[in-house]
Amino acid sequence: MERLEVKNLNHHFGFAEILKDINFTLNKGEVLSIVGPSGGGKTTLLHLCADLLDVEEGSIINTFESSAFAFQEARLLPWKNVIDNISLGLLAKGEKKSEAIKKSQEIALRFGLDKDDFDKFPKDLSGGMKQRVSFARALVVKPSLLFLDEPFSALDIGLKKELQAILIDMISKKEISILFITHDLMEAIRLSDEMLLLKADPGHIVKKFRFDVVQDQRNDKYVYGKSAEILQDEEIINTFELELK
Amino acid sequence: MKFALKILKDFPSYLWSGWGAVASILLFIALWDVGNQVYGDLVLPSPLETFKTLGLMLHDENVIKEIHTTLYRASVGFGLSLLIGTALGLLAGFFATASMMSRPIVTILVGMPPIAWIVLAMIWFGMGDETVIFTVIVASFPIIFVGALQGTRTLDGELKEMAQSFKFPWHMRFFDVYFPHIFSYVFPAWVSGLGMAWKIVIMAELLATSNGIGASLATARSQLDTPSALAIVVIMIASLMFIEYIVLEPIKREVELWRD
Repeated sequence: MERLEVKNLNHHFGFAEILKDINFTLNKGEVLSIVGPSGGGKTTLLHLCADLLDVEEGSIINTFESSAFAFQEARLLPWKNVIDNISLGLLAKGEKKSEAIKKSQEIALRFGLDKDDFDKFPKDLSGGMKQRVSFARALVVKPSLLFLDEPFSALDIGLKKELQAILIDMISKKEISILFITHDLMEAIRLSDEMLLLKADPGHIVKKFRFDVVQDQRNDKYVYGKSAEILQDEEIINTFELELK
Repeated sequence: MKFALKILKDFPSYLWSGWGAVASILLFIALWDVGNQVYGDLVLPSPLETFKTLGLMLHDENVIKEIHTTLYRASVGFGLSLLIGTALGLLAGFFATASMMSRPIVTILVGMPPIAWIVLAMIWFGMGDETVIFTVIVASFPIIFVGALQGTRTLDGELKEMAQSFKFPWHMRFFDVYFPHIFSYVFPAWVSGLGMAWKIVIMAELLATSNGIGASLATARSQLDTPSALAIVVIMIASLMFIEYIVLEPIKREVELWRD
């Protein structure tokens, strides 16, 4: 069974301790979110899991067949047009150019891009369009594990819902496993099976929450209700240093 | 190949967009004619006379030979600085220590007036090709070197990370991520290096050799032959404009389509 297993993970940058004793397992078909305040080591943790940083202490075992990463910023190559940007991941996997272009066009249409946009360079796209392209680029390779680094934080509500709906659809069909980090509790509650709370200085996991209702059954009422409930949680209040008056 | 075709396809419309430039050149020539009417033929010959002299010169085998000599020196000098400057610049850019160490040296090279180099080169190499070529290299090398250095130093770490996350093979890393970025710095540096080389070659020839266009300019000066001097200037400027606006600019436009 494909899984991502993090065991006794510690990480330092110089003398600064960033992560301390992180343990969790992400099984196939699950969505795991890591929430916590900014600067708490979330991005470092995600980069370690995605093999963008080298593990120093502890271990990360990743048996997923394939993975893709969607960054907080779109990170498109400015000298490539929309379709060529989307097809990058496919070409890197050694897919034939014509095939890669065809798949990229299909997914671009599915992500709400128009035929007229295909030849545009990133400079001519709005922020939301760039993020669509970035998502399409990550999902077109049909990864079995998807890493998301606060991918919705710069989007308007409409686009956020739209992209989340695509993910929820894939999650319900068990097509994908997701590890994502966010500082938005509602986002985590809407998408994840399990939510880890990461407290800063150094980053360590203080609490785990599980959500048992399947993702496509979670309506706004559920999400708001859960959010209100979790916001009362002692650990959440401490971690985010919320002042409740 | 596809790229070259696209440049050719867009070429007519690019040329058509040049009417404004043509108009401003004609205006400049008109002002030149006014100058001629005010100051007389000896100080400033009329454009007509200059172009007539130019026509005669271009039919003179000796002049063509001088132009060839100058072209040879400029292209050898520029070619060498292009190769060495680009290679060393890229190399220095990849190592933080090397780029730090090379900065003051570049400042010295840029800060040293070309005329001083010419004097030194005359002492070292005597009067001939080597002196001119050396001066051209010394003048255009730092420009190209700095361009290449900047190109590699400013590579975007976020894009590198993106490439890593998709496990790009080395050739995609180089051709899709690094090369377009570096090229967008190196190419303009080549263009300014070429302009510099073309100016310096004339100056070095004027002072240090007995052949080439620069030497012809010196002869024209000593004989107070203003029309010939101006005709030579026209040759120099026209050739530079041809290379810059007809050859390089269309390439640059296609290469930098993605820029803001």
